[in-house]
Amino acid sequence: MSPTTGAPDGAVLVEIYRRMSRIYQNDERFRAMLKSGKLMAIYYPVRGQEVIPAAVSVSLTDRDYITTIYRGVHDMLAKGVPSRLLWAEIAGKAGGACKGKGGAMHITHPPSGCMLTTGVVGASMPIACGLALASQIRGDGRVTVAYFGDGASNIGAFHESLNLASVWKLPVVFVCQNNQFAEHTAYAACTSVARVSDRAAAYSMPGVHVDGNDPAAMYAAARAAIERARSGGGPTLIEAMTFRFHGHYFGDAGHYIPKAQLEAAIASDPYPKFRQSLLQQALATAGELDAIDAQIKLEIDDAVEFAQASPLPDVAELRRDVYDMEIS
Amino acid sequence: MANAASSAGNAAANPSATVTTVQALNWALHDALEADPNVIVFGEDVADAEGGGVMGVTAKLSTQFGTRVRSTPISEMGFVGAGVGAAMAGMRPVVEIMLMNFTAVCMDMITNHAAKLRFMSGGQTSVPLVLRMTTGSGMGAGGQHSDFLEAWFCHTAGLKVVAPSNPRDAYGLMLSAIFDNNPVIFIEHTPSYWASGPAPVRGERIALSQAKIVRAGKDVTVIGYARSLLDSVPVVEKLAGEGIDCELIDLRTVWPPDMDTILSSVAKTGRAVIVHEAVRSCGVGAELSSRIHERLWGQLKAPVQRVAAKDCPVPFSKVLETAFLYSAADIEAAIRKTLT
Repeated sequence: MSPTTGAPDGAVLVEIYRRMSRIYQNDERFRAMLKSGKLMAIYYPVRGQEVIPAAVSVSLTDRDYITTIYRGVHDMLAKGVPSRLLWAEIAGKAGGACKGKGGAMHITHPPSGCMLTTGVVGASMPIACGLALASQIRGDGRVTVAYFGDGASNIGAFHESLNLASVWKLPVVFVCQNNQFAEHTAYAACTSVARVSDRAAAYSMPGVHVDGNDPAAMYAAARAAIERARSGGGPTLIEAMTFRFHGHYFGDAGHYIPKAQLEAAIASDPYPKFRQSLLQQALATAGELDAIDAQIKLEIDDAVEFAQASPLPDVAELRRDVYDMEIS
Repeated sequence: MANAASSAGNAAANPSATVTTVQALNWALHDALEADPNVIVFGEDVADAEGGGVMGVTAKLSTQFGTRVRSTPISEMGFVGAGVGAAMAGMRPVVEIMLMNFTAVCMDMITNHAAKLRFMSGGQTSVPLVLRMTTGSGMGAGGQHSDFLEAWFCHTAGLKVVAPSNPRDAYGLMLSAIFDNNPVIFIEHTPSYWASGPAPVRGERIALSQAKIVRAGKDVTVIGYARSLLDSVPVVEKLAGEGIDCELIDLRTVWPPDMDTILSSVAKTGRAVIVHEAVRSCGVGAELSSRIHERLWGQLKAPVQRVAAKDCPVPFSKVLETAFLYSAADIEAAIRKTLT
């Protein structure tokens, strides 16, 4: 990273690409498997939103925490949840991260800092405050990133969490992935401010509006907020602009998305665009990027195979993990 | 109550000493904070600058333990969620939701998250969180400050629900709740907060899900918790004078209930009456009654009776509020009904 501009160096950008490729290829494979009927699951596509978690997570370690929402597979993949555990979980198998008891909407993997995927809009934020509170009291230097969507900026949990984080100066970064649709409702139809980041002023914290499809800009914004949180400076609200290429859930054709808007978004697809940019800037060769892609493809092939071979959960699991002791 | 934490040593040394439930709970929080740096306490007005808690339960704790005891904004979804998150990170938060009715504004954090995260994560995360709250009718506080809502929480797998009836149990159960690895709803009964009882032995925990036979008897099993246990005592004593020998059980932990104690008692007496302050329909009494009928049908001498509040919101006017709750005569009538 450049010490003066906050811009990422070439190695960091290539690492962001690797994480984006991991998200892109997994999402493509999930949808292909769902479409072919080889996988049965409720799935919230992340295509188009690859940059944000890839560019945020490179400034985090496994010790740092993230919380996210049901459209959060990209956040989990970027943070490092192992592909095998992710695939087996989404397939509802015993070998899944959560033993098949959570599913795509509840991916959890504490060893990589992936503490929560919630199925409830807004709920990633209060819990992030608590993870950050634990870090503050212990002085352990961890930072918590709470991911959520533009729709969640209208729920009460947003207000309560940002206020609490500000009052207690918690080491948390609120990353709003503004994909411009709250489920089926367009941003402007349900939001009182032009920008979600405008709301930060009400909580006396920095509100950063950034192009969430621009890896370098996203990296710089996240890096500054993470460093601020880690050094005791308190929370930041980042609004990262992006676009959801698919419907709300897999199977939703997204008829409510204006065609021209979708076409424009796809025309500036951040994934191929970033690859092109790396090549143009000579930060990587086509061969190097192909090798990254190929390695991830192998990882996914292996994960799919692992998920398919993994046994179904034992029904005795219904009695386990309800409490710390098995129930009868 | 302002001196809640002050006479700790003396009371422990004197077996005949009495304390209030407010004092006993204050000691439990104090002793847990002292024993384990992972214990933290927060909620509205709980720090000394804000009065040490609206009921004084947390008095002097912030002075001794600093920022581990914090007042929060009036923001239950935010700070209960913070309790969930801190617990997931390995802390043992004790979070005060001033009044039980206010759980309604943070139910997502309680029932969708605290209760379920262990299960949904396949045991990878857990939420060792205590949610303290006070409630009870009879204070003229009306429909949004008085409800016993324990059935909501018993109906959500993953939660434990505790409701002590006296200072010694309050202390021992609170310590167990704090060091339990599951989320615990801890119900404190407002009208009996300042009633004195035998002082707890400092450091002595009372196991969760362990009911207490307050009075042994052979004719009718009477089951209560919190206020309903207290209200049942004089009725049972009165009937004893007539030769009706009731076995009185203080459930103490409402959920999961101590079915072994309940079933062995009812197997002996063949009759059971369940008393609770919550409204009657779909209440804990219905569940316990059903379990007793399912397990002991052939041994029952009479149908299980329930005594509870009327199925309406807690009213304000004293005459209505009095009529809302059961009376001693209702408890007596229910016991007699099992004998006819």
